[in-house]
Amino acid sequence: MNLLAQQLVNGLFIGSVYGLFAVGYTLVFGVLDILNLAHAAVFTLGGLSAVWLVQAAGMSIWLAFPLATLLAGGLGLLINAAAFAPLRRRADSQFSGLISSIAMAIIFDAAALGLFGARSVRFPPGTVKVHVWQIAGVTITSLQVGIVLVATLLMLILTLFLQRSRTGKAIRTVAENERAAMLLGVNVSGIIAFTFFISSALGGAAGVLYGLYFDSLAPDMGRAIELKGLAVIILGGMGSIPGAILGGLAFGLSEVLTVAVSGTSNLRDAVAFTVLFAILLLRPSGLLGRGKLREA
Amino acid sequence: MLEVHDLTVSYGPIEAVREVSFRVEAGAVVSLVGPNGAGKTTALNAVSGVIPARRGRILFEGRDITRMSPHQRVSEGIVQIPEGRLVLAGMTVRENLEMGAYRRPRPEIAASIDRMEARFPILRERSGALAGTLSGGEQQMLAIARGLMAKPRLLLLDEPSLGLAPLIVRLIFEIIRELQAGGQTILLVEQNARQALAVSSHAYVMENGKVVLEGPAESLTSDPAVISSYLGQAISSPT
Ligand SMILES: Nc1ncnc2c1ncn2[C@@H]1O[C@H](COP(=O)(O)OP(=O)(O)O)[C@@H](O)[C@H]1O
Ligand SMILES: [Mg+2]
Repeated sequence: MNLLAQQLVNGLFIGSVYGLFAVGYTLVFGVLDILNLAHAAVFTLGGLSAVWLVQAAGMSIWLAFPLATLLAGGLGLLINAAAFAPLRRRADSQFSGLISSIAMAIIFDAAALGLFGARSVRFPPGTVKVHVWQIAGVTITSLQVGIVLVATLLMLILTLFLQRSRTGKAIRTVAENERAAMLLGVNVSGIIAFTFFISSALGGAAGVLYGLYFDSLAPDMGRAIELKGLAVIILGGMGSIPGAILGGLAFGLSEVLTVAVSGTSNLRDAVAFTVLFAILLLRPSGLLGRGKLREA
Repeated sequence: MLEVHDLTVSYGPIEAVREVSFRVEAGAVVSLVGPNGAGKTTALNAVSGVIPARRGRILFEGRDITRMSPHQRVSEGIVQIPEGRLVLAGMTVRENLEMGAYRRPRPEIAASIDRMEARFPILRERSGALAGTLSGGEQQMLAIARGLMAKPRLLLLDEPSLGLAPLIVRLIFEIIRELQAGGQTILLVEQNARQALAVSSHAYVMENGKVVLEGPAESLTSDPAVISSYLGQAISSPT
């Protein structure tokens, strides 16, 4: 019973990181109907640069975390300018953008390898002071709580920003209809660039939190989360922010529950993706999908 | 206020508008009429800037705006209410109105929304509803109100009566008359040529991407060629 409770709690922690990663992914999709397949590479570079800032530059994590997040946002601007903006007027821009974002991912992965080396790294001991609590036989660390809080806070801020702020509404307007946005006086290409900035910043933040949680980062860490992130946004409903949060939690939970029930981690991914298919059978547009389905 | 000189606009190799010239004086209502596919929407889109001009010049208050970005043109006061309305279906009625005032100073917006809701009570009633849930007529009211929220100096109105019930169409033309009485400059595109000419001082007839006729609205209304081609047979002219 305790093991189950422990796994549920762990699922919540990792699920919040998946959610944060997926929220950034789905934001770009929701606005532009395109997948930015370099998102996982930004996640990796965000995490690795935070380690570098703490280790080599001697910064506190409280400074390194926001800096790495901003840096990741900058990568988002670069992705937009190099991989998407030049193709935007093409009729096949969704497909060609997809391919050029894969090219960006390859370049970023190579940069990660060149800059940070192939070995896995970790934040130096004592980067975050960790308290360990035992509550009803369940072990929770202050680090884990901090991760959930930061991830939740970022997702909450994003949601409020999109709902309430002038720029957030402009982002939603571009998502609704680019032509209408232009006619209303929205600087559409500026808003698109900004959307990439936020999306990638959140992806980079997720990379830092992921690295802190697993206490290990490597240039290929994006692989592990890439497909999960896609699964999560499909699960949540493409383009839906709350859907991505919920999908992230559902995915995290189904992963750890599989481990708890089967006693091994071999089945973890298989079951998580099976759950994905099962949910999509019941709700083809995803948990919170906009319900728009292709007409038969 | 607006002068368009030898405008050519193309989609790929197809020239949808060819060397078209027209002008709109301040305070006037000018209409662009003609059959489906004539290039009226394309010409309007070039004025608002959402489609680039291939050749020719567009002057607004004497300034060349041919290469100006669409959002800057909105700041200059060129506001288009597009064909098909393009309301933001997944956003609330109020948010649609707010977005209409996107380029205006924030402190003015609430009062403007109040005025707009007083003019169009249905928009106050449905303030919190998603725009996509409104009826076609209500969406057209919203599109007009949203356009007016930008405080247009030149209003580009594209087929405001398209696909609407006769009662709503009458309402729309009432609004146009009201705007005209208030001194609003309007460039109106309509397939409903008879009603468009009735509210206009001047009109251009387009066909196959060219302006084929132009003149004061009254003289076009009484021109036999125009009557037979554009105003239909069932003429019950008031003269
Ligand atoms: N996005 C587009 N791509 C290619 N051709 C277009 C496009 N929009 C309009 N056209 C063509 O341009 C011509 C003019 O269209 P349009 O300006 O919409 O005419 P109107 O508004 O007078 O009905 C038509 O032949 C139409 O088929
Ligand atoms: Mg048209």
